[in-house]
Amino acid sequence: MNKIPDNRAWWLVLPVFILVAFSALIPLMTVVNYSVQDIFGPNSAYFVGTDWFREVLQNENLQASLGRQFVFSAAVLLIEIPLGIGVALMMPTSGRRGSLCLILLAIPLLIPWNVVGTIWQIFGRGDIGLFGWALNEIGINYNYTGNTGDAWATVLLMDVWHWTPLVALLCYSGLRAIPEAFYQAAEIDRASRWAIFRYIQLPRLKSVLVIAVLLRFMDSFMIYTEPFVLTGGGPGSSTTFLSQTLTTMAIGQFDIGRAAAFSLVYFLIVLLVSWLFFTAITHLDKEK
Amino acid sequence: MIAWMSWTMPTAIFFAVIAAILLAMTVYEVVSPCTERKGFLPIATTRGDRLFIGLLTSAYIHLMFLGLSEVSLWLALGISVVWLCILLRWG
Repeated sequence: MNKIPDNRAWWLVLPVFILVAFSALIPLMTVVNYSVQDIFGPNSAYFVGTDWFREVLQNENLQASLGRQFVFSAAVLLIEIPLGIGVALMMPTSGRRGSLCLILLAIPLLIPWNVVGTIWQIFGRGDIGLFGWALNEIGINYNYTGNTGDAWATVLLMDVWHWTPLVALLCYSGLRAIPEAFYQAAEIDRASRWAIFRYIQLPRLKSVLVIAVLLRFMDSFMIYTEPFVLTGGGPGSSTTFLSQTLTTMAIGQFDIGRAAAFSLVYFLIVLLVSWLFFTAITHLDKEK
Repeated sequence: MIAWMSWTMPTAIFFAVIAAILLAMTVYEVVSPCTERKGFLPIATTRGDRLFIGLLTSAYIHLMFLGLSEVSLWLALGISVVWLCILLRWG
């Protein structure tokens, strides 16, 4: 039987295409246009070619900010992914206790970013904050507004508190999708707890872990509100991450052309890293 | 709509070339559909994958020229075009 190819269904994609064009493509094109001009408004734009890109790439402040951003995102992934898997493994599988755990875990996810920043800003204070006060009382000299290490630890702790539940919830749903027969087979083989994790649970968690790693990478790479509220980027510029540098440039200094060039470089980095993660993990899957 | 986007001739040409490439690839795909295959890249890719990889690496080639040297970008463009062709054919 000869099948006649009919691709008319592709027209159904048209509404999405139009939506994406308005929400992503046109703004992106505009950013590209701005990045080659010294611009204050459509009527006062001067073509400068690739000068902004050259300046952005050779600017030491931006390079430092980029370095901090990579360290932060790497730390976030290294802490949150194993911790999230651990929490999911320890959660009760069903019943009331399971539901209670799910609700408790979901609470940090429901809190808006600026509120999370404010909570930790107060929590970490040495005079009225429980966390800061307790640390100082047991003899640890802790001051997140004056000490770079403390500021970093607090920003990281805040992110771990806010977003590990997301990883845990994703892993929990992945774990619940494993058929009971797998565990029964493992029991017959007298598999150790580690072997069950390594050969049954971890491979089955791969697809949710791809999503978790991607979401956490992109989110941590774009982080703005929480450190901005908590430390304001300080002390000095030790917790000033990329998006804060970008915002200061675009809105604070109204340097739109330079900020546009900077955001395109930022975009290319996110695109590359996300693509690498995604390709690495999906191709590992295919090889199996 | 055009005014606030602040178009310039170089960026218009840039997007027109990208659109033309996408259009040509679509037509090529309809005329002769591709299959995933393995070339010199470490992963099996389709034609679209190779185009994406080629464009992304070309962007990085340009950034490297801008950030690390004072050499004209026309050289970066030349290298990128050759690289894109190699990638599409043998990647």
